[in-house]
Amino acid sequence: MRSYTLEDVKYLKQKANDIRKDIIKMTHKAKAGHPGGSLSAADIVSALYFHVMKIDPKNPGWKERDRFVLSKGHACPVWYAALAEKGYFDMDHLNTLRKFHSILQGHPDMKKTPGVDMTSGSLGNGLSIGIGMALAAKRNKLNYNVYVMLGDGEIQEGMVWEAAMSAAHYHIDNLIAIVDYNGLQVDGWTKDVMSIHPVVEKWEAFGWSVIEIDGHNMIEILDAFQKAHKIKGPVAKGAYKGG
Amino acid sequence: MLGQIATRKAFGQELVEIGKERDDFVVMDADIAKSCSTDLFHKAFPERSYNFGIAEQNFMAIAAGYASTGTQVFAATYSVFASMRACEQVRTFVCYPKLNVRIIASHGGLQVGPDGATHQAIEDIGIMRSIPNMTVIQPADGTAAKLAARAVMNYDGPVYIRLLRNDSPIIFDESYKFEIGKAVELRNDGTDLTIIGTGAMVLKTLQAADKLKEEGINVKVLEIHTLKPIDEDAIIKAAKETGAIVTVEDHNIFGGLGSAVSEVLSENYPTILKRVAIPDVFGESGDSETLYDHYGMNVKDIINAAKEVLAKKRK
Repeated sequence: MRSYTLEDVKYLKQKANDIRKDIIKMTHKAKAGHPGGSLSAADIVSALYFHVMKIDPKNPGWKERDRFVLSKGHACPVWYAALAEKGYFDMDHLNTLRKFHSILQGHPDMKKTPGVDMTSGSLGNGLSIGIGMALAAKRNKLNYNVYVMLGDGEIQEGMVWEAAMSAAHYHIDNLIAIVDYNGLQVDGWTKDVMSIHPVVEKWEAFGWSVIEIDGHNMIEILDAFQKAHKIKGPVAKGAYKGG
Repeated sequence: MLGQIATRKAFGQELVEIGKERDDFVVMDADIAKSCSTDLFHKAFPERSYNFGIAEQNFMAIAAGYASTGTQVFAATYSVFASMRACEQVRTFVCYPKLNVRIIASHGGLQVGPDGATHQAIEDIGIMRSIPNMTVIQPADGTAAKLAARAVMNYDGPVYIRLLRNDSPIIFDESYKFEIGKAVELRNDGTDLTIIGTGAMVLKTLQAADKLKEEGINVKVLEIHTLKPIDEDAIIKAAKETGAIVTVEDHNIFGGLGSAVSEVLSENYPTILKRVAIPDVFGESGDSETLYDHYGMNVKDIINAAKEVLAKKRK
């Protein structure tokens, strides 16, 4: 990841706003599609796709590209918007979200959407998927990072912790998990449905380094990724998005 | 007599041999590598082996993520866990994106005997057969298991390979051909009826055919090692030639070989058919031969089923 300037920050904020507009338009047109969970991830996804990740929209199958796994797959409008804005496919496709024969399925489908690195939608699975990708990088001597975005409600799934344990066990250092802490799940506030606290201490207990940030502050986001990339050694990295 | 070996052991040994020839695959386990015989590969190629402990869902999703990068993965655990504990990971993350994960599902059917019902996979073929993009294979002996290991290497898409715990006699010599999706004609003694067997039941099917022959009943025996996609042509041809069918499997009576053959024949060439299988009950502890006797799945039961369909056919 290259360092950033204030110009970059301005540009990334603008891109995040473009993504937000795209999300509103496409979910309004589809009359469905989880706008809340999508909007809450707009700034981080903007930072990833327009600054942090090593990717080439003209070559989505590039073996050494960074991977993004949207474990909270229901928030795919944010991903589709970013991919379209980045040039993976034509912006017109955003009007076809959730429609028959669309390349933009209701949940991410790696076989249908250019730039989608892995199918997702059933919660709790993405971190394991990311570990598989990260281990393959080591074995095949490819230099790429894997970014996995989880929902905060999603970490109620026990499998997330199986994955967290494995990442530490295998000393995986090319994987960054992002917990999109928006405090909400389908049935209400996470604190009311099933309390997930203490979140930071849980990840740390599983051997992860945790960086807590305001996930809507672009400078904090970029600083967090820079810091996360510098964490070396036998621990998995993690970024925890507050607020 | 060609000796004895469990299909899980033969498969595990062959993976090591293939590993010496090529390095474009990895092996993953969820703690029970020793039982799945994949520990042989771990010892020979530690840099190509992973163990994720007692966490089958995580293990299967990791296999999917790994395979998404283009390297094929052999993922080994017991059939009960591969087909049920990790079912959603198999369905949504392996089969839906059609990734090259080869699931080594050891300890299929009642062969775990004394372990009891929790560890007896009697639904796995039905579950796996109903998932789009999945190929389902069950070799019948050590020779077939080794050939299956090689056959799945370059196969496009996910494969569920059901292997067996117990040592069993080697049935096939070097003339045996294993082609995914092709049934194998093992006997063609006559046109009284066809017995179609799979996995552990193939040996019993051959033994039943021998005894029937002594009684003047001449049968055709088909071995189905690929439960999906099933060899429709061979099944229809056998039905046309003999007019009566018995299916034999170590699986619940719903969803497995008997169901698959019935589906093919009902739509193409309705034929008198009898299924020898677990009679829709959970198993219990006991050695596998005792259980096969108890559930009506042994040689004598195959013979009785053969006589029953033959009588119906002649009526």
